[in-house]
Amino acid sequence: MESEQRVLTGWGRTAPTVATVVRATADELSSDEGLSTIVGDRGAIARGLGRSYGDPAQNGGGAVIELMPGSEPIRLDAAAGIAHVDAGVSLDVLLREIVPQGWFVPVTPGTRFVTVGGAVASDIHGKGHHADGSFGAHVVRMGMLFADGTRRSITAGTDPDLWWATIGGMGLTGVITDVSFRVIPVETRHFVVETRRVPHFDELVEAMETSDRNYRYSVAWIDLVATGKHLGRSVLSMGNHATVDDLREMKPGLAERPLDFDPRSFPDVPPGFPNVLPRPAVRAFNELWYRKTPKQHHGIESITQFFHPLDMVGQWTRLYGSHGFLQYQFVVPFDAVDTMRTIVARIADEGHASFLAVLKRFGAESGGLLSFPKPGWTLTLDLPAGVGGLDSLLTELDTLVLGVGGRHYLAKDSFATPEVVRAGYPRLEEWKAIRYGIDPHGVWASDQARRLQLI
Amino acid sequence: MMNAFEQPQTILVLGGRSEIAHAIVTELASPALTTVVLAHRGGDVVTIDGLPDGVTVHCVAFDAIDHHTHEEFVAKVVAEHGDLDVVVQAFGQLGGDDVNTDPVAASELVEVNVVGAVSSGLAVAARLRAQGHGVLVVLSSVAGVRTRPSNFVYGATKAGQDAFATGLGHALVGSGARVMTVRPGFVRSAMTEGMDEAPFACDPSDVAEAVASGLRRRKSVVWAPGMLRGVFTVLRVLPGFLWRKLDR
Repeated sequence: MESEQRVLTGWGRTAPTVATVVRATADELSSDEGLSTIVGDRGAIARGLGRSYGDPAQNGGGAVIELMPGSEPIRLDAAAGIAHVDAGVSLDVLLREIVPQGWFVPVTPGTRFVTVGGAVASDIHGKGHHADGSFGAHVVRMGMLFADGTRRSITAGTDPDLWWATIGGMGLTGVITDVSFRVIPVETRHFVVETRRVPHFDELVEAMETSDRNYRYSVAWIDLVATGKHLGRSVLSMGNHATVDDLREMKPGLAERPLDFDPRSFPDVPPGFPNVLPRPAVRAFNELWYRKTPKQHHGIESITQFFHPLDMVGQWTRLYGSHGFLQYQFVVPFDAVDTMRTIVARIADEGHASFLAVLKRFGAESGGLLSFPKPGWTLTLDLPAGVGGLDSLLTELDTLVLGVGGRHYLAKDSFATPEVVRAGYPRLEEWKAIRYGIDPHGVWASDQARRLQLI
Repeated sequence: MMNAFEQPQTILVLGGRSEIAHAIVTELASPALTTVVLAHRGGDVVTIDGLPDGVTVHCVAFDAIDHHTHEEFVAKVVAEHGDLDVVVQAFGQLGGDDVNTDPVAASELVEVNVVGAVSSGLAVAARLRAQGHGVLVVLSSVAGVRTRPSNFVYGATKAGQDAFATGLGHALVGSGARVMTVRPGFVRSAMTEGMDEAPFACDPSDVAEAVASGLRRRKSVVWAPGMLRGVFTVLRVLPGFLWRKLDR
């Protein structure tokens, strides 16, 4: 095991704290000289690639575990359609391995640079949530390391309480060491994508309600700067996995080697970059994004184009300058679509230009006690942390969201209060009781858990 | 824990009666703030008006000259209230008329303003280091930047406290804990009531705004008002006879 003191933040680069970062394999952690030697009175938490926006993978004054993969990090059982993957493996590495063999992950978020362990701990969702649900819905078995240093496998059948406390449980029930989950067969690495401009929020809602059932993946990029008759104007993107026949018909050149997946790595934005995303720039970007989209377009897109466009710019969050930024994501039930419209209008009126705001319809809940997705509309927006007045706007939005039975996503959170989480997650007390049962001495701890009084 | 806007959940004030500290607490208050601990001699109840509903104010006994109790004091506050996000070191005295001539009065002032600051500052720093985050805000003064003939003993204590604070800040780099040294000019408050106002005088709320903005920008030193930084760049190197002339 190697360890060093390091300043850690989440992907939003806010609220740094210093922890002892320990790199270890699951075998090392469960040995006699393992977990007990690194856990002091500030506890420990696992950290993957640090893509949570706030502080769930930080543990000021304590230990942060970076789990190293074992000797066989990825095993694909093609007959069963199940992948057995070490928790520290990223979706990027996994996709490079399984796509050429004709398989795809059941859920991918807007970046490939998340680990499988983090995918379970945050019960992540993607463009396919309305059809496929969240990541936890596809997991069939997990290996875990517990507070007492022991390891074993769990399933929804053997340990139902622990299972549903761990899926979406932000790593606070134990370290997820490896995960077995269903993968989906694909003929190609491409998608048949339908893209269209939608001029107004109400039309967007209608369009998504009627067309979601025809597409496995769908999301809308919404312009939160536009007001009045342009309120909520959007670019709606919907797609399905392309078959070889689709490629032959639409882009025959790609049909030759339909499963070649070897995306390039792109250069990072250098550190110390000034904030280049002031309001006028964001306004112009949003305008351009909308205008460059044809009214209606039918085409073929790659995995990166369709799912991970931001992965093309490494460390893009540095564009927000030294203050960093926060992402605000919430869900409101379907019947509260008026509240969603009110919120979109509030943000646009306030003029806090957000870019890359995303609207999506969620499908069913996974069953995780702290899982975020539930049936309804979810909106995600980025906001620079250095701008005054944002906190009061977000507090106002919190009230609107909670007032209609909505809630906030813990993996994105860097602003919520204990009350906001209590109100949004009615099963929090149940989760706490299960957590206490498995970790009575409070070994697992994170900055977020302290901030939100989860422990 | 601080949130993404660097808004604290817990604030400890050493010198809980300080008007400037109250203004700082008010300025830092947000829906994130839950706990304010006001620590002062006796620990009697002190209120701060206008705090949001969710904030609980606790008053506890703390004596700056009881050096041997400072570590235990910090441990007790942490045991009861958890991590400390912002600690404001606000206690301090101006000294009486005899402080520039009476050795006993002067040493008593040093005892509070310097020895107390060092001892409580180290106790707090140890805790912030252990939790890997947190800011110690030290209320220094421009009086310590260049000491004036009319209050050189007070100035000397502030210079000592200031040098300790900035040095501690350097020593803490890499630990996650930070120190922000605050150098206000003349502040209109109970402490300065009846005194002639110096140029660039300001109110406690001005100091509080400077502190809040300094925290957001993760500064190590802030001046209040901000222009005093430039003013003292000049005053520091002014020939002695001119400096004495200014002190009237």
